[in-house]
Amino acid sequence: MAILVNGKTRVICQGFTGAQGTFHSEQAIAYGTRMVGGVTPGKGGTTHLGLPVFDTVREAVAETGADATVIYVPPPFAADAILEAADAGVRLAVCITEGIPVLDMVRVRRVLEGSRTRLVGPNCPGVITPGACKIGIMPGHIHLAGSVGIVSRSGTLTYEAVAQTTAARLGQSTCVGIGGDPVPGTTFVDVLREFVADDATRSIVLIGEIGGVAEEEAAEFLRGAGSDKPVVAFIAGRAAPPGRRMGHAGAIIAGGTGGADAKIEALREAGVTVVDSPAEIGSTMARVASG
Amino acid sequence: MNVHEYQAKEILAGFGVPVLRGRIAYTATEARAAAQSLGGEVWVVKAQVHAGGRGKAGGIKVARSLDEVAAAADELIGKRLVTPQTGADGTEVGRVYVEEGVSIAAERYVGMTLDRKRGRYVAMVSTEGGVEIEEVAASTPERIRTVVVDPAVGMRPYQARELAFALDLDPDARRSAERTILAMSEAFVATDASLVEINPLAAVGEGMVLALDAKMNFDDNALFRHPDISELRDETEEDPREIEATNYGLSYIKLDGNIGCMVNGAGLAMATLDLITFEGGQPANFLDVGGGATEERVSQAFKIILSDPDVEAVLVNIFGGIMRCDTIAEGIVGAVREVSLHVPLVVRLEGTNVDIGTRILAESGLAITTAGDLGDAARKIVAAIGDHR
Repeated sequence: MAILVNGKTRVICQGFTGAQGTFHSEQAIAYGTRMVGGVTPGKGGTTHLGLPVFDTVREAVAETGADATVIYVPPPFAADAILEAADAGVRLAVCITEGIPVLDMVRVRRVLEGSRTRLVGPNCPGVITPGACKIGIMPGHIHLAGSVGIVSRSGTLTYEAVAQTTAARLGQSTCVGIGGDPVPGTTFVDVLREFVADDATRSIVLIGEIGGVAEEEAAEFLRGAGSDKPVVAFIAGRAAPPGRRMGHAGAIIAGGTGGADAKIEALREAGVTVVDSPAEIGSTMARVASG
Repeated sequence: MNVHEYQAKEILAGFGVPVLRGRIAYTATEARAAAQSLGGEVWVVKAQVHAGGRGKAGGIKVARSLDEVAAAADELIGKRLVTPQTGADGTEVGRVYVEEGVSIAAERYVGMTLDRKRGRYVAMVSTEGGVEIEEVAASTPERIRTVVVDPAVGMRPYQARELAFALDLDPDARRSAERTILAMSEAFVATDASLVEINPLAAVGEGMVLALDAKMNFDDNALFRHPDISELRDETEEDPREIEATNYGLSYIKLDGNIGCMVNGAGLAMATLDLITFEGGQPANFLDVGGGATEERVSQAFKIILSDPDVEAVLVNIFGGIMRCDTIAEGIVGAVREVSLHVPLVVRLEGTNVDIGTRILAESGLAITTAGDLGDAARKIVAAIGDHR
């Protein structure tokens, strides 16, 4: 089953002919993702990587039947690219772009309310269902089809969790990077809801970080979800000083909220196993998943 | 990005927020001339630093003569001002703002920021002006009134009215506050601000309010469309290494410890600091080399880390995804040779071609300790600090 994407997902790429779009589309095709075309305004009618290029998302969807898009458009134009995808009725938009103005995302989120489009990101590694569909910049080969659903605000920390659950031979059902921005399209709760309902997902890894209240909301959801799937979590930024933005636009302890300790406590109260070291995610999951 | 009070006031005034007349001065002589041109009998000389809490730290002085203005400016300029937001070393005052004096009838709080839970901007007011809003939120949250702004239509007049009524002012001042709140909201959106605080918003005799102090922060990601605001950046308020790092696309933050860190990815970089702390060590910095860590970037990152005299050991932690570990290893070896590293170095590589990468490090003949996983890396670097001493 898995969530969000599977072997049937038909994917287009916005920003297809750019350096990022080209490189990662090549990787996705090599992985086996059903890439069906791309969009670069002004290059419609040409072919790139053996796939058709379109001027608009609307045309691309009409011609290819795409139901997902991955966005590598530069920050000043990325919000517009997301809205174009939503207007064309694409079911899933994954935005990799880092550095989109917050105001743009506030407006995008307002437009997407009630829309059928699910936005993942921005500023995220993407979504992968191992062995079936890779949308984004994650290294495909570290993944293994399996039972652990992974949801994370951080890219490289996701890879840590993937590598460890692969080494433990548990594998992953689907991995979703929700991104490090303050106004993401998809939250922990959105993904957890799907993981809880997904038959292929038998346990869950949640990787959070300082800033905002998304982890507390995740804890609140899990408390009321009535799921018996074990959840292992790691929260990055326990040692971070308040008031300093730690790389991600969203990773900042400000106004007395966003600290790691409150998040860890909330998750533990919801029955989540929170590990002190990200090196222990895989071994801890192997233990709780078998017990 | 932060700006100074006088710059925030200038921006807000452009949208209709009432402010007092004032002039910026870099010397005591300039301050005296500023006061003279403003006229009047009372002036306020205010240290311009980005940190809050200036008043209690002695950074704001009332002067009743031109001599007093000059003396206040002379005392403040060049002084290191220590406030709760600056750290123990304080921050040096480079300029003062000379403002006309005014008699205040009441002080209120007005602010605007992002509510991350809602994904929308919120405007807040409180009758408790002149104190930190976080304190009010913690002790008397019922004194804060908030409205959520719908980005489709912006702040509506009824919302500004609702907030103005909550300020508990006389009718004329209330109407003035209503206009001010609308102007603040307009300024916030038009400049891609991430925070606006008018604290205090002062009610003055003539049935009007004005921004006695103002603070604005801006979204770094949106500065590309605000060249006028980018120009207000005061680099003397920032760590020179942080500025240098930004120029190379690196994200660097100076911390208090002695273990230099180079990591790819912000989340993994934070987790690395956590683990060092967990093992009893103290990180000297946060440094994210980013996803496409090239040899040049790795080399620049080393130089920036080592330019910090506090650094007594360096930990490199890279998860090579798209970027292969052999390329990263070559980058590390090249950089170590180039900068002639003189402190212990622990490297933990994981991911694509990790075996080749580890071999490159081992065969380099350099004194590089390799680590198997994150926990191992943290333990080894903390131990290395102990041995090195």
